[in-house]
Amino acid sequence: MNVLSAILILLALALIFGAVLGFAAIQFKVEEDPIVDQIDNLLPQTQCGQCGYPGCRPYADAIANGEAINKCPPGGESTIHSLADLLGREFVPLDEEHGEEKAKTVAYIREDECIGCTKCIQACPVDAILGAAKLMHTVIVDECTGCDLCVEPCPVDCIDMVPLEKTAKDWYWQIPTPDANKAQTTIIATDRPKPSVDEDEAA
Amino acid sequence: MKQKIWDFHGGIHPPENKLISTQSPIEKAPIPSKLILPLQQHAGQPANPVVQVGDSVLKGQLIAEASGYVSAAVHAPTSGTVVDIGQRNIPHPSGLTGLCLVIETDQLDQWGERLPAIDYEKAEPAELLQRIRDAGITGLGGAGFPTSVKLNPSMENTIVTLIINAAECEPYITADDMLMREKAEEVIKGIQIIAQMLMPVECLPVECLIGIEDNKQEAIEILKKTIQQLDAEHQIKVVSIPTKYPSGGEKQLIQILTGKEVPNGGIPADVGIVCQNVGTTSAIYRAVALGEPLISRITTFTGKALATPKNLEVLLGTPIQDLLNDCGLSEEKLSRLIMGGPMMGFTLTDLNAPIIKSTNCILASTADEIPVPPPEQACIRCGMCAEACPATLLPQQLLWYSKTKDFDKALKYNLLDCIECGACSYVCPSNIPLVQYFRFAKGEIRAQELEHSRSERARQRFESRQQRLDNEAAEKEAKRQARAKAAADKQKKMRSAQEGFDAGTAEKHTEADTADDKAAVIQAALARVQAKKEKQKLETQVETPIAESVVNDNNKGD
Repeated sequence: MNVLSAILILLALALIFGAVLGFAAIQFKVEEDPIVDQIDNLLPQTQCGQCGYPGCRPYADAIANGEAINKCPPGGESTIHSLADLLGREFVPLDEEHGEEKAKTVAYIREDECIGCTKCIQACPVDAILGAAKLMHTVIVDECTGCDLCVEPCPVDCIDMVPLEKTAKDWYWQIPTPDANKAQTTIIATDRPKPSVDEDEAA
Repeated sequence: MKQKIWDFHGGIHPPENKLISTQSPIEKAPIPSKLILPLQQHAGQPANPVVQVGDSVLKGQLIAEASGYVSAAVHAPTSGTVVDIGQRNIPHPSGLTGLCLVIETDQLDQWGERLPAIDYEKAEPAELLQRIRDAGITGLGGAGFPTSVKLNPSMENTIVTLIINAAECEPYITADDMLMREKAEEVIKGIQIIAQMLMPVECLPVECLIGIEDNKQEAIEILKKTIQQLDAEHQIKVVSIPTKYPSGGEKQLIQILTGKEVPNGGIPADVGIVCQNVGTTSAIYRAVALGEPLISRITTFTGKALATPKNLEVLLGTPIQDLLNDCGLSEEKLSRLIMGGPMMGFTLTDLNAPIIKSTNCILASTADEIPVPPPEQACIRCGMCAEACPATLLPQQLLWYSKTKDFDKALKYNLLDCIECGACSYVCPSNIPLVQYFRFAKGEIRAQELEHSRSERARQRFESRQQRLDNEAAEKEAKRQARAKAAADKQKKMRSAQEGFDAGTAEKHTEADTADDKAAVIQAALARVQAKKEKQKLETQVETPIAESVVNDNNKGD
């Protein structure tokens, strides 16, 4: 009799906890970012197609389905590192077949040579080129991702990719480089020069 | 009653070296032959030039207007001619150039039309705020944030305390000290103007505290005396605080004077406080009561490489070289020229760079004064940096994360709360330039954030373009289909009409209504045509019998 009641009690407890857990699993479900969104978020969104896919989102889809993570030259090593971290894969160096990591550039149209054919406008994946048929075109620098896609279609080769110039506004300090003179760095702490005492203040 | 004060964590006591430049009164620097005015002398958007090369300008004339909310106007510091608008060396740690307006002065120092003086005791806050904006006033303490933005009251925060930062904690700098000694009246009146602006209509007036380090006794005395004369309600209090670097940091000074801490990532207004530099108050007074825009400032010229270190009232845009010569610079002695103080300043690479709104000090140091930093050695985990940090961070931990570029971790350890005061580097027995690493990491984090927001934008643009192309394709397809359908319908109708006609002649009553109608319409049309022809024939016969005969002849000819 005792055994039976024990079993019944345990059964009842199991049912209660099961119900509570089941309820919690549905009610407090954590909405997780689908993995494709997370991958897409790490890609540089240049939409250049150097990976062989028509844009960053398709490549993110492909990566989620097992494609290699080293096919994005604009993202470079840092993107491969963060993708490797996200997906728990090994870091692999950039696949040179798809291009090499370059400094960021933007398209520049030599405006007096432009014939207004609108071919580059159609090629631009982010609508960063402004113009109309038989009228001069120009690049909106702030919107250009430097994807190179407009260079190829231009029939008069008037588009250059120019590196972005550093201005005082986007400049920031570089990491301090360890002293070139290694011999100097072998001093011990007590050898450091004494701070000079200021006579004016001491007076 | 003595005002209660608090303490902040850490801090250091570097040699002050302030007596060097307080020996003589403030002097007016001579007008140089050329003024170089960078369009970006403040935090935010650069100003937009409103004059052209060749224009002659008068003193106080607007030459570049604010371009956006966080921006500040630039005015001509003296009369002359604009000779160039182009890239010039600017006082910036990068040593890069920036867009500058260059004015060739005519030495006449002729005032243009001044803004009308405002009776600030009766003026509306909005009017005062507009004046401060029009006068191009920015914080004169060093960061150069546009003052009108800082003083613009937001709805959520009621300001209860106005703190005037007169701590001037950094060694060597005495510009604020000398200003308070010589122009205490302007300072106090400026404070009254700010208090007036911040005072909500029905609330009590804001409490005004001047935080000043106790190494400036003379200035404290003069300020107290001036307050007695000018401030009948004793709204303004001078609070002497112990000398400790960096007590002049905004968050540190707030903690010392009120015991409140500004929340992580917040601004002083979040705790009901507005903080202004003492130099700014004087500029505000001049702008409001005298109608003078910000065209000059007091800058300390000090260091042992100068024969006569002193404080100069200089026109903005004056090349630093001219002023150093005026102070007797010895080129042989000079080892490093620093803008700002020895703790937070940066080395100037070009002597032709001009004085800008935020230049509080030029330090011409000799090799013994500020020696070349000894080589960096390994961190020994002594923890002195953590003891010295005024922001209660863990600099050694941050150092590892900055060195290994593990920025996520660095952010978790609140790297962005670092005020870059340099106290950690100062105490480090291994001579590690900690603050340099932090500056690098902060810059890198900001750059990455910017990059990320840009890529996010590119993604949105790509997606909306994709959407648009899809829509266009769908629209085209829909149109094509509509056309195809219309053509098919037409053909069908034609066919059925034909069938109806044929069937109509054979078995009229069994045909569908539409076919019947069609047939009837066609019949009617044919009848109409017939009738018309008959009528025409008649008319032509009646009107032109000759023509008729000609036509008939022609017809016969056929």
